[in-house]
Amino acid sequence: MKNLAIQLDGVGKKYRYFTLDNIQLQLPPGQIMGLIGPNGAGKSTTIRILMGLIHQDQGEVRVLGHRMPAEQVAAKWDIGFASEDMRLYDVMTLDWHMRFIRSIYPQWDPAYAQLLLKRFGLMAEQKIKGLSHGQRVKATLLLVLARRPRLLVLDEPTTGLDPVARHEILRELTAVMNDEGRSILFSSHNTQDVEQISDQITFIDRGRIIDSMDKEAYLDRWRRLRLEAPTGIELPALPGVISIRQTGRLAVATSNEFGPGIARAYENSGARVQTIENMTLEEIFVAKVELSREEHQEVGA
Amino acid sequence: MDSGILISQSDKRPIYLQIIEQIKRRIALGDWSEGQPIPSIRQLAVDLQISVITVKRAYLELEREGVIVTQQGRGSRIAPTPGLGLRLHQEELQKHLEHAARLSALLGIEQKELETRLREASDSLAAKEDQ
Repeated sequence: MKNLAIQLDGVGKKYRYFTLDNIQLQLPPGQIMGLIGPNGAGKSTTIRILMGLIHQDQGEVRVLGHRMPAEQVAAKWDIGFASEDMRLYDVMTLDWHMRFIRSIYPQWDPAYAQLLLKRFGLMAEQKIKGLSHGQRVKATLLLVLARRPRLLVLDEPTTGLDPVARHEILRELTAVMNDEGRSILFSSHNTQDVEQISDQITFIDRGRIIDSMDKEAYLDRWRRLRLEAPTGIELPALPGVISIRQTGRLAVATSNEFGPGIARAYENSGARVQTIENMTLEEIFVAKVELSREEHQEVGA
Repeated sequence: MDSGILISQSDKRPIYLQIIEQIKRRIALGDWSEGQPIPSIRQLAVDLQISVITVKRAYLELEREGVIVTQQGRGSRIAPTPGLGLRLHQEELQKHLEHAARLSALLGIEQKELETRLREASDSLAAKEDQ
């Protein structure tokens, strides 16, 4: 593939109690990818591998065309990386950090940095140790955003933030997309953030990718159908329906391959389709994780 | 240009449908006229703080329905079709009428009665507006 911002092919990493297994990821330039997964699913490990901070046991990693970890020095000029455990110097001011980053990265945009200070409500002369959690997160993001890197890699950028701060950050991330040449990969367990701003979504659970695709196409495949089945009618098992729950005359079916054929098949069986609802990414994520764990256990048993 | 589009999180419909509906309504009301340029896909995504792919999907659908035209490198605009606003108005009305017809069929209401009820609803609305 030409010019992918990120490409992971068959990437694996074994730990004593955790295995990252056969990770495939592709992020085209000009797009935002949201990486969703429960705690301990492998989101941070995947991010660390693609940043060259951890070396994979197997598989190919390319970031902005550079092979990782071998070419990480060249790659990092154009990547802005931020994560929770990134340490700023407590006794130094934000301004000191800004001047420090500016001295390393020639692309630093001082006007944009000033604008971000104002938008994030930060004061440059304040020492890091006096900042709240939210201010620290925003300070870290300011330091990577003002470099205007071609790729932003953000590990949980909105975790633990109040709604206003979250909103400010999502606004800056979507503003990056004004430039078609730039891309963002971010992880989150806030599915609402991911649903709102991502072009691509990737679900990861227990070290494996369970789905990775275009968000609109993905959301479109999932539906919840509310059915009314007269007594004595048995609802057929249909391909593309992953679960059906029946209580009395009412039933709820969840489809991950929805098409008009599914509603028709229920009608033909004598049931009535009351409503067909879209699902939120959160509902889909939970359903998908449950399904994937069931399937995996069956295979394992 | 401020699109004036507002995405509601409590609206159960997908975001791309909300965009389609609001653009159509602006045209139907005459806020946006035939042939007028509208924000580019990327620009609207940034304004609304949503993904590019969602706006792209809304624009593709609007293009398919002949509501907007997109030219490579020149952005998008409202289709220069005369009477487009009126057409969208009619389509909206048609949708509601069909909905009413479907509901009454479901409730076993006969066509004659539906007609009477519609006339009554229209009369009572007119009476209210006279007050």
